[in-house]
Amino acid sequence: MAATPWEGELPAQLKQRFGNQITEYATYLGQNFIVAKPDAVIPMLEFLKLEADFDYLVDVTAVDYPKRAERFDLIYILYSFARNERIRIKTMIVDGAQPATSVNVHVGANWLEREVFDMFGIQFAGHPDMRRILMPEEWEGFPLRKENSIIKQDDRWVRENLGIESGQ
Amino acid sequence: MPDATFLDSTELVLNMGPQHPSTHGVLRVILKLDGEKVMGTECVIGYLHRGVEKLGENRTYQQFAPYVDRMDYVAAVSNGLGYCLAIEKLLNIEAPPRAQVTRVILTELNRIASHLLWLGTHALDIGAITPVFYCFREREEVLKIFENYCGARLTTHAFRIGGLQYELYDGFEEQVKTFCDMFLPKVDEYEELLTNNRIWVGRLKGVGILSGDECKDFGVTGPVLRAAGVKWDLRKAQPYSGYEQYDFEIPTGENGDTYDRYLVRMEEMRQSVRIIRQAVEKIPTGPIGKTPKVIKPATGEAYVSIEAPKGELGYFVVSDNSTQPYRLRVRPPSFVNLQALDRMVRGGLVADVVAIIGTLDIVLGEVDR
Repeated sequence: MAATPWEGELPAQLKQRFGNQITEYATYLGQNFIVAKPDAVIPMLEFLKLEADFDYLVDVTAVDYPKRAERFDLIYILYSFARNERIRIKTMIVDGAQPATSVNVHVGANWLEREVFDMFGIQFAGHPDMRRILMPEEWEGFPLRKENSIIKQDDRWVRENLGIESGQ
Repeated sequence: MPDATFLDSTELVLNMGPQHPSTHGVLRVILKLDGEKVMGTECVIGYLHRGVEKLGENRTYQQFAPYVDRMDYVAAVSNGLGYCLAIEKLLNIEAPPRAQVTRVILTELNRIASHLLWLGTHALDIGAITPVFYCFREREEVLKIFENYCGARLTTHAFRIGGLQYELYDGFEEQVKTFCDMFLPKVDEYEELLTNNRIWVGRLKGVGILSGDECKDFGVTGPVLRAAGVKWDLRKAQPYSGYEQYDFEIPTGENGDTYDRYLVRMEEMRQSVRIIRQAVEKIPTGPIGKTPKVIKPATGEAYVSIEAPKGELGYFVVSDNSTQPYRLRVRPPSFVNLQALDRMVRGGLVADVVAIIGTLDIVLGEVDR
């Protein structure tokens, strides 16, 4: 079963507003998502919040595809209390790109984006506090990138801070 | 960590935690104080980070199931339910009715256990010593049911993808019914101790106000959102596991303060009993579901969330048609709710910080994963 095109009022509205900045409208397992160009994401979050009642940013996360030219999928999950509906916005970015922060639209994105930075090393431009959140601040490397195996660690940090050769 | 140079001479930086009994785990809060008044805070988290999402990518779907219990370890059953539902969604299968009803009973029992732990420790933080003993006494009965069912009390791993592992034991229904009959009067007993207690009301009323709009801004869910007057519960909004069949109310508050959050959670325990009573009367006969030997969902992604005791618990799973998830993201309610702490304590008193951390009902195992 593959994703099927998503049609309806909301995709039509989005198409009218954003045109070719959205490359795909799809439904998979009854869940709607759109694929958009990175620059369009923040205006789209604003539009969805103000004009379509998607006022709750559920989650921001990323997926790493190291073999792809645009390495990361950046995913925003939104929910609307008024419509009782969920939507996912997906965008693809290259390694080193700095997508704009969504903190100005949804305050709650602050920690979520920090976690994405912590785990994947994606810097958000304009974020008020772009630091690690779960890992130690001096830690080197980004754990959820695929090139890091499950036992990969920052040996120097472990040696200096824990006083042992290896945490494994 | 705020630098000492920007401080006025009247301001003071105080470290609360990471080893502080009322931070409910290892949470460090840096407080900037002006006398007794909190001017700002910063949370330092991650002390319990175990890389659960990375582990998920390196285990098969079945192998990862016990790990989710270790996130919110006081509501392990809810974690397991969310995970099973997410993988079932990807596989496009559904658990059989008998399994679904059993899941509802155990999940609601776990909600009660989780709220009891919250009530006991919250009261303890504020200085009421007695409730914690009462709460643990009743919580023990819930844990006994879990132990009888699956052998474990806290990290239960009670459910399997596609249904249940174990058939219900003889006397399950009676034990659950006895618990419900015993438990409802106990909730009144807790309320007698606290609800009109002058000290309790004084410490809670008007403390840590978070309005409905602020909740939505921060993405705060669960009892905190409902206490702010937003009548939203995923069990009603987007029912799963057959929650639409049960008759229950969503309790809400008006002021969004700590006292309302207390009242909402107390009522939620009663509503959970109501759901359990209906469910236990109509456990259907039939299969309890069979876990597929090999789980290989088709390539694709799904986000599934449930109403955990602390709020919306979501799993975002990406499958690449192999036996292991390509990416497994957990959307933890505690992590997102904790972010609102700064807004809630700013301008308040330092003594209220303890009350507000308690009322947020965070579990650091879930915040840090």
